[in-house]
Amino acid sequence: MKNLIEISKELLQSEQVKVVIGYAKGSANRVRPLFARDAAECEKLLFDARCVQNLAVYLYKREIAAMGKPAIVANIPTLRAILRLCAEKQLQEESLIAIACNNDNEAVVLKNMTEIEAFVQSQVIALSDKDRELLEKIKAMPQAERWAFWQKEFNKCIKCYACRQTCPLCYCTECTVEKNKPQWITVASTKLGNLEWHTMRTMHLAGRCISCGQCAEACPMNIPLHLLPMMLAEEIREIYGTMPGLHRDENCALSTYKPNDQENFIH
Amino acid sequence: MVPYNRLLKKDSLPKLLTLLSEQGRQIIAPVATDGLVAYSRVEAPFALDFDYILPNTSVKEVVFPRTEKLFAYVKSKESVEVTDFNFDAIPYKVMVGVRPCDAAGLLSLSAIFNWDPKDPIFNARMARTTFIGMSCNKSDEYCFCTSVDLGPGSTKGSDILLTTLNDGNYLAEILSEKGEAVVALAPALFEEAQMADKENFLAVLPVKFEKAKIFEKLKEKFDSPIFGEQAMACVGCGTCAYVCPICACFDIQEQTKGNKGSRVRCWDSCGMKLFTLHTSGHNPRNNQGQRWRQRLMHKFSYMPERLDVTGCVGCGRCSRSCPVDMNMAEHLKEIVE
Amino acid sequence: MLEKEFRPKIVAFVCNWCTYAGADLTGTSRIKYSPDVKIIRFPCTGRIDFMLLLKAFANGADGVIVSGCHPNDCHYTSGNFHARRRWTMFRTLMNFMGLEMERFTFTWVSAAEGAKWADVVNETSEKIHAMGPYTAYRNVAREITEEES
Repeated sequence: MKNLIEISKELLQSEQVKVVIGYAKGSANRVRPLFARDAAECEKLLFDARCVQNLAVYLYKREIAAMGKPAIVANIPTLRAILRLCAEKQLQEESLIAIACNNDNEAVVLKNMTEIEAFVQSQVIALSDKDRELLEKIKAMPQAERWAFWQKEFNKCIKCYACRQTCPLCYCTECTVEKNKPQWITVASTKLGNLEWHTMRTMHLAGRCISCGQCAEACPMNIPLHLLPMMLAEEIREIYGTMPGLHRDENCALSTYKPNDQENFIH
Repeated sequence: MVPYNRLLKKDSLPKLLTLLSEQGRQIIAPVATDGLVAYSRVEAPFALDFDYILPNTSVKEVVFPRTEKLFAYVKSKESVEVTDFNFDAIPYKVMVGVRPCDAAGLLSLSAIFNWDPKDPIFNARMARTTFIGMSCNKSDEYCFCTSVDLGPGSTKGSDILLTTLNDGNYLAEILSEKGEAVVALAPALFEEAQMADKENFLAVLPVKFEKAKIFEKLKEKFDSPIFGEQAMACVGCGTCAYVCPICACFDIQEQTKGNKGSRVRCWDSCGMKLFTLHTSGHNPRNNQGQRWRQRLMHKFSYMPERLDVTGCVGCGRCSRSCPVDMNMAEHLKEIVE
Repeated sequence: MLEKEFRPKIVAFVCNWCTYAGADLTGTSRIKYSPDVKIIRFPCTGRIDFMLLLKAFANGADGVIVSGCHPNDCHYTSGNFHARRRWTMFRTLMNFMGLEMERFTFTWVSAAEGAKWADVVNETSEKIHAMGPYTAYRNVAREITEEES
């Protein structure tokens, strides 16, 4: 991203923001999150194809929110997450400044939610070919094969909750699995517990998931669990014509309705 | 008299595993599927492939499972009927392809589970499991076993350690009674070993930091802001604790239905916010920096001090699997400087 | 010893104002219908948590029925509209995950439709009876044993 470092330094120097949340070189060929608070740290900022982690998850992390107004280096899914968080009243119009990358690989400063909204709506948003293929492959399987596929995947799950922790839309301070009076879904890794956990998380994300796929990237057991909320997101787009993360004051597909919504499965 | 060396020909390994399997032991080895290497039960003809750095999950699962039923109960008006853990039901297992770091971790786990009280379930599982280790002829940038007084050919924790020689045959170091019992099953397969310098067949791994300095510096720097800085990116999931061969923190949960239930032990992680949350609402480790500091101190200060064992074997899994690239070796180096 | 014939266990999650009243009408009209169903009363279909359906299966149900007021007739105005969207998404997810969709039945049954309720229950009961018990799900829900692997 051209001018990323200069822009970041300028934002810090002029005290428009107190921290720039971005990406820096990590171990081996990885990148990792960086929280730059001075010009020297800004020098480490970079942006390339490896920068997929959704940094919006840090916007409500106590230790970072306490620093003050942030600037955030944002790819499209991160911007969508920001808009969705704003729609859910977790962020306000002037909560942050986003640094996005335009089609000419130049840094674009988006000063508030209105500007972020305009930028996102000017972009083409579609699933990656890889994800689309995987979705189609699973949909094409007969029912028993689909069940066996997901059972095999869920059995790998160690309930580390990396999926939940890296998801910007999972911000509940007390998650359903952590309630034990009464115990609704077990927090431990069991056949049933894993099935229920992934079902519950997917349904709680319905209409809110912005399809960044980071839940699956984070999973240490390589479970393609991003396909679940992503599949629902595609269905919602097709059936109700809405996509989350496009407007700063949008509603949610599952908390709105139309009197003539489809009901082709109802007896 | 252990320890002693033998030569196990390449083709003899599947034969050995077949014999062990016929004896009623479950054979468990790392299997690669879709980029994930995980310990799975394997069957004849035991055509195993050891071409991986190390499995994504550690060997601790066999002696300290993710979820374990401790006992079951049925409540009635007058009494509670308890069905205790069935020790006889624990199967006999042989783990093959256990990397030296994982095997060494077993010793630390044993120290934790035999501290106070002595855990009978853990001990029973250990007693019924034989560990056939496989030394490392390659490593990656995340490995740091040599920095914690271990190495790619360490014999700690293994019952038999295999080292692959040039011709594909294995130098077999018989290290314990359980190892001897395996040899006794098929003595013909364990031939006389020529003098072989094991070092020639091991990965070369330079030391990344001085372990002794860590112990001092951690204590010195207890109140340093460095922990908060390092933990800034941490999202507080359980990945590092769960893939670690030594992390043994667990939670106790109940699974009930009507008047029946079972008490279950499951993995827990000190990185999670709720780990130290009191019922009063107070949380003594309220920010991620404190939780990160606790992780480092537990492994490099409290465990060596109190149990006289290492809290880290340098396998590097925590760093490889961490979704936000928290690199343990790098952070330790930073603290020492 | 004669083996007991398999009778499906069906749990019905119904709303108080329409379907529950409709089921009452079925009874007062003396219409016979399958006893395989256990009815659970909710104030509104909008209150029905999707997890409850899965919990029913985990606890031994072979089929579930979810039923409430017709659209535009909800006692709370819009509960069933929200439920409809929720069920649409939940069904899609369950189907994608490979659950046996024939075991889920969603209907609108009003307080006047005593006959319809009997039909819904009878048809569902027959269908599930033909499918047999939902062993695939029950195997997953079985209490964990000492040795899982």
